[in-house]
Amino acid sequence: MQYMLLIYQSDAEFAKLSDAEKAAISPEYGKFARTTSQSGHLKGGNELKGPSSATTLRVRNDESVVTDGPFAETKEQLVGYFVIETKDLDEALSIAARIPSARFGAIEVRPIVPR
Amino acid sequence: MGAVSGDILPMSHGAEPPALNLEGLYRDESGRVLATLIRLLGDFDLAEEAMQEAFLAALRHWPHEGLPERPTGWLITTARRKALDQLRRRTWLAARRHTLEHLEALERRGMSDETDEDMHDDALRLIFTCCHPALATEAQVALTLRTVCGLSTEEISHAFLVPVATLAQRLVRAKQKIREAAIPYCVPPREQLPDRLKAVMLVIYLVFNEGYAASSGEARVRQALCAEAIRLGRHLAKLMPHEPEVRALLALMLLHDSRRDARVDLQGDIVLLDDQDRTRWDHRQIQEGLALVESALRARVPPGSYALQAAIAAVHAQAARTSDTDWHQIADLYERLMRITDSPVVKLNHAVAVGMADGPARGLELLNALEARDELGYYHLFPATRADLLYRLERWDDAADAYRQALALTTNEAEQRFLRRRLLEAEARAATPAPGEGDRDACD
Repeated sequence: MQYMLLIYQSDAEFAKLSDAEKAAISPEYGKFARTTSQSGHLKGGNELKGPSSATTLRVRNDESVVTDGPFAETKEQLVGYFVIETKDLDEALSIAARIPSARFGAIEVRPIVPR
Repeated sequence: MGAVSGDILPMSHGAEPPALNLEGLYRDESGRVLATLIRLLGDFDLAEEAMQEAFLAALRHWPHEGLPERPTGWLITTARRKALDQLRRRTWLAARRHTLEHLEALERRGMSDETDEDMHDDALRLIFTCCHPALATEAQVALTLRTVCGLSTEEISHAFLVPVATLAQRLVRAKQKIREAAIPYCVPPREQLPDRLKAVMLVIYLVFNEGYAASSGEARVRQALCAEAIRLGRHLAKLMPHEPEVRALLALMLLHDSRRDARVDLQGDIVLLDDQDRTRWDHRQIQEGLALVESALRARVPPGSYALQAAIAAVHAQAARTSDTDWHQIADLYERLMRITDSPVVKLNHAVAVGMADGPARGLELLNALEARDELGYYHLFPATRADLLYRLERWDDAADAYRQALALTTNEAEQRFLRRRLLEAEARAATPAPGEGDRDACD
């Protein structure tokens, strides 16, 4: 079963972390990616640029309507994602719990429709 | 929802064919049968369908052929074959092919009945899956009552006062989520067990409270819900005999439920613990509850929140008269409970207990402190408690004010009637001050 782990966090919560905690996050992400890829769980993933860089597109009556910004304005923004393969939701949740942002943000665990 | 009976089928005597009590059989066995079928078939809906067919087959065969040696095993094997037929008819369903091959392999091996150990594990798997935190709490409750307890969708919707369609949809969505998100059918590993067990116990306690909290309306339905929660509690305690908190939860429910006949009067009004006719308590149930509390408290782990709550209920249960209640012990238990939970209700009850142990003035002091720290929030029992303490302090005007506040926050009719009665009393006393009685403390 493949799951997409959508990583959400808010600037306000991130700002509350100490400098040492902030500095530790990036290497921790590196370690997460290394260990999950060694164990064969990690199938892909990326960090995303901020929502201010986002553009939303809709096609209505054959016409493209392009707007600035993300689809939904929320305090927590999508900052990145991983795709993992696990045997079930419990295993996916235990991997998601190791993502550093889970401590101050939230991880949405979404099953991927099998092809 | 009939009473739980130990024997499913009365044994036949002589030539009389046994009367088949399908309802009783269904109540007692459907959860166990379903639990194993879900493991074998990997699908809630297919398992339910096959189980229904197996029960129908039992209804047809058993009256003539007699009760099989292991009825539950017979039902599982029959249901498994029914599912196999179903799947053979639907082989175009690629997703089911794996299940089909698995069942055919079992059939070829001439698989005998499931062992008791298998069925024990399956029963636990079913509970933990139904109470998986990835499901919304209300879905956990509905799914547990439907699959583990074998209640019908109508019965559950009736008990929780939600439309049948809403409840049916809730069940469909829950089963869909289990399938689509691949929620596993398993007992969680040791490191996750404490958290997951908490979720299971919460579901059981929610069912109990739903039955216990509201006294108005359908008393019979509510009582059945309490009985169902106790049944679930017994089931879990049997499946997990080494978990003291599980025993404590069962004890807590038994002790509360033992007061069921005494806590509501003929008009359906609440009778406060102090005023209950204690001879009408269910003393056999109390004995069982007390033994369970004791064994839970003897465990080599510090008592959890259910154990402490059960211990509090046990202190009440042991007092033959209200005046015999050991309020110091109760206050002490609430204080320990406050250290492990952050519930405004517990803090409130602690203040009440201290008010009983050390006098209403001391209770009021604690209550005021909680209010000052804004720890009680918007909770209707807060002004009601305050009113009671003021009443006992004979501060009639203040008490009347607090009763009015409490009334404005209460929606439960029986509770409203009680508050209105006390308000009238306070108002009458306020109008006729007795000489020598005034604002002084009335410590008892």
